[in-house]
Amino acid sequence: MSLDPATVRRIARLARIHLDEAEVPRLQDELNAILGWIEQLNELDVADIAPLTGPAQMALKMREDRVTDGGLREAVLANAPDRAGDFFAVPKVVE
Amino acid sequence: MSYVIEGGTGAWEVVIGLEVHAQVVSQAKLFSGAATAFGAEPNTQVSFVDAAFPGMLPVINRECVAQAVRTGLGLGAHINLVSRFDRKNYFYADLPPGYQISQYQHPIVGAGVIEIELADGSTKSIGVTRLHLEQDAGKSLHDQHPTKSYIDLNRAGVALMEIVSEPDLRSPEEAGAYLRKLRTILRYLGTCDGNMEEGSMRADVNVSVRKHGEPFRTRCEVKNVNSVRFVMQAIEVEAKRQVEIWEAGGAVDQETRLFDAARGITRSMRSKEEAHDYRYFPDPDLLPLVLDEAWIAELKAALPELPDAKRRRFMQQYGLPFYDSAVLVAEQATADYYETVARGRDAKLAANWVMGDLFAALNRTGRTIETSPVPAAALGALLDLMADNTINGRIAKEVFEAMVDTGEAPGAIVERKGLRQVTDTGAIDAAVAAVLAANPEKLAEYRSGKEKLFGFFVGQVMKAMAGKGNPALVNDALKRQLG
Amino acid sequence: MLTDLTLAEASAGLAARRFSAAELTEAHLAAIAALNPRLNAYITLAADSARAEAADADAARARGEAGPLAGIPLAIKDLFCTAGLRTTAASRILGNFIPPYESTVTANLRRAGAVFLGKANLDEFAMGSSNMTSAFGPVENPWKPRGDAAAKLVPGGSSGGSAAAVAARLALGATGTDTGGSIRQPASFCGIAGIKPTYGRCSRWGIVAFASSLDQAGPFARTVQDCAMLLGAMAGHDPKDSTSADRPVPDFAAACSRSLRGMRIGIPREYRAPGMSGEIEALWQRGLDWLRAAGAEPVEVSLPHTKYGLATYYIVAPAECSSNLARYDGVRFGLREDGADLTELYERTRAAGFGDEVRRRILIGTYVLSAGYYDAYYLKAQKVRALIHRDFTEAFAKVDALLTPTAPSAAFAQGANMDDPVQMYLNDVFTVPASMAGVPAMSVPAGLDSDGLPLGLQVIGRPFDEETVFAVAAAIEREAGFDAQPAIRAGVAP
Repeated sequence: MSLDPATVRRIARLARIHLDEAEVPRLQDELNAILGWIEQLNELDVADIAPLTGPAQMALKMREDRVTDGGLREAVLANAPDRAGDFFAVPKVVE
Repeated sequence: MSYVIEGGTGAWEVVIGLEVHAQVVSQAKLFSGAATAFGAEPNTQVSFVDAAFPGMLPVINRECVAQAVRTGLGLGAHINLVSRFDRKNYFYADLPPGYQISQYQHPIVGAGVIEIELADGSTKSIGVTRLHLEQDAGKSLHDQHPTKSYIDLNRAGVALMEIVSEPDLRSPEEAGAYLRKLRTILRYLGTCDGNMEEGSMRADVNVSVRKHGEPFRTRCEVKNVNSVRFVMQAIEVEAKRQVEIWEAGGAVDQETRLFDAARGITRSMRSKEEAHDYRYFPDPDLLPLVLDEAWIAELKAALPELPDAKRRRFMQQYGLPFYDSAVLVAEQATADYYETVARGRDAKLAANWVMGDLFAALNRTGRTIETSPVPAAALGALLDLMADNTINGRIAKEVFEAMVDTGEAPGAIVERKGLRQVTDTGAIDAAVAAVLAANPEKLAEYRSGKEKLFGFFVGQVMKAMAGKGNPALVNDALKRQLG
Repeated sequence: MLTDLTLAEASAGLAARRFSAAELTEAHLAAIAALNPRLNAYITLAADSARAEAADADAARARGEAGPLAGIPLAIKDLFCTAGLRTTAASRILGNFIPPYESTVTANLRRAGAVFLGKANLDEFAMGSSNMTSAFGPVENPWKPRGDAAAKLVPGGSSGGSAAAVAARLALGATGTDTGGSIRQPASFCGIAGIKPTYGRCSRWGIVAFASSLDQAGPFARTVQDCAMLLGAMAGHDPKDSTSADRPVPDFAAACSRSLRGMRIGIPREYRAPGMSGEIEALWQRGLDWLRAAGAEPVEVSLPHTKYGLATYYIVAPAECSSNLARYDGVRFGLREDGADLTELYERTRAAGFGDEVRRRILIGTYVLSAGYYDAYYLKAQKVRALIHRDFTEAFAKVDALLTPTAPSAAFAQGANMDDPVQMYLNDVFTVPASMAGVPAMSVPAGLDSDGLPLGLQVIGRPFDEETVFAVAAAIEREAGFDAQPAIRAGVAP
């Protein structure tokens, strides 16, 4: 499976990373080199293996239903690049 | 009976599936300790987890899990002992982490069923495919600034149950009945307040049309419809739109649409134009959710009686017809009210009073059953006054109106206004004699065979007695004196 | 010199009032002032707050309330959020982010009385093996090849600043994080000790995430014992991290003096990779001899899926990072580049904010999760991960710990491998499998190569058996008698 330029552009778009057209060929080569190297996994037959998501071998702990957080408006907004009153602001979104 | 759209090429059937997002009743959010209360000042109910600050991690709220389990049990659905949380990745201004934590491959609740009741008295079973837990997004405000959208994250991270139906619905009426029934069940369970105006229940409506017997055609998803009426309207206009496209030789595009209630149309959603690729994968910040069977049994044992069971019981225990039972169980509070009134009394009479005079009074005063000006015990007392012949039925209506207006107890009103019914046969005889004497022509007509006039004489006597005559005694006295 | 003390010695000196925390901190601040402009080990200095913390530590000691690390000056990898102190993850995208909260690990260290000298440099978002991807410039390894004082070598990565700071005596110890080798490989390159504990041993809360199922915090120090002391303070269950293990924290420092007698040490034959340098192989053999001398029995074992570890890692880690880094979008914190609409704002912000390596990994991760490729890449990687995990479980049924080299080479020159990502990734070939399995692993300095550069050996243990790892590493440390010092260090700068 090797990436064509259109696929490089599509995944960059999905990842919301702007690419200059001039960058596409180099990225395409780099990504294909990495993916080509990853192909070695195809040597393995893993059809009957259950996937492992993470190494923690335990069940999810649950917390009690209590309000223990929030009320931090100033701290939540303090780092905002564009703050409008009590809100975060972004360019207008049309639905 | 079935709902069809008559097109130029024949009749079209509508196929509908609903994805309902029901906000879970809980104090705190699904994965953070921030509050969930509606209507707070912007960005005051936001933790750093909700705002997706660097290094913040989710920890699940046990009550939200319990609520999902209760709902699953209430829908007669399979509870999955092991479920998992996945990330649904997409960028949006009110989705701070760039992903929604949801359950994609392994939901907490599997298949169940909802029985809906239709206007013609029939019922239909609608399959529930699954129920899963997920996070709500924040809110974007587009009308605060000419070129900017404002973001309020208070809602971000609040627990939602997404309840997905099978494409079993065939008409706007069925979809409406499904939503109302689901809402009733959720409210009985106390797992969602069902308040569509505040957005705590929203529906995505999947609509397609087909000719009878055909496989499914392309469907469109109408997003975020926030009332039962709008869901029914959206289905109607969307189905018509699709029929027109097919009949004009076109093809319906699979897409996400918005219902514009003001214009009564659906339109394509610009922000969703781009093909989605959500890149679901198991959330590595969380572990599998493993439920203990004993805990589920505990939750099951504590479930309230649900609407279908209660309806069946009302029919059996109180001898009520299907329709009355269904109306009375639609809200838990109404059912409770009714049972308080009916207990130890004439159950059918109680149902008539609740569904008739009480509902009318609530309507008129803008109150709900919970804030009714006439408490259930007071309505019961009024029925008792009728049963022991203290007042008659006509006076009872007058007393009830006084109860609505003043909140006074029925006995007090009767005494204060002197409405106790007259059972003194001497007084009744005198009133009858006076009425007969005052209406010699009618009396002559009656005696010449126009027996219909009996009712006229009853009316006149009651009027003369200010409505307080005991109807049975009045009848007896009249019959006697009319000979 | 105060800066030459080990953490344990400094702690004893403070307890005996031979010097104050203020003096110890000043000595390190002076060394930083002299050497950091050259080494670039710290991104942000916290001199004023460090002095205040040292004064607090002295005051606490005077009251008889000194914590276990009271007055110990540390470097904090700039991936740990520190309340009120800029945290960058070595990325432009975080801009001037001032966390309003303190990570659990650094909060634990503060509670133990530690003094934070500043935030240590790293590869951007901990993605790298050379510290060359930092937006704040590379870190210079304080070690020099014999006879080449002008050479500039990498300290390894991603925790390169932490390792260099400890090696150059600009801190008594440091925090790091290890996702695929980011503590162990720089420890090996800088001639110090460093441990990645069991996944779940240290809370991840408040650490800027790279790959959630792999990230784990751990300490660097110049001795095994010092690492044990630091880890004891850093570790512990945290209800704010769902993957944090609810287990008591053992006395790691005490484990360092455990006897190895009767212990079985596994030698995984698959680590004897073709092309392994003779020097590394010889060092590995010496390590075995030392352990045998300490009473342990070497046993050859097999970890058959070792060779697939790296490829698996380079699916899993990028996949998780592509999602974890979606929050850097210019809306709530960090850098923003304006755009005509929201999508353009995202795309410009993220293009300007992320460096090449981070961008590459986000794109790879996006691709392997995308529709049509998930099964072929991500799901497959999770299955291979299960096999790697099983390899370790089976090996640990036979042995108490494993011994391997930490890295396939000593530190390399700045700029090497930069045009070949895969070649760079191969640095982590020995460290990644333990990361995939979540088991504890430590690098301990074992010797010098022919250029006079340090090389480490890696001890891998059973899940939550860091005590055995410390015992084995301490034995190697004793037997190796590693006492070489870097060319550049506090008080010495050629």
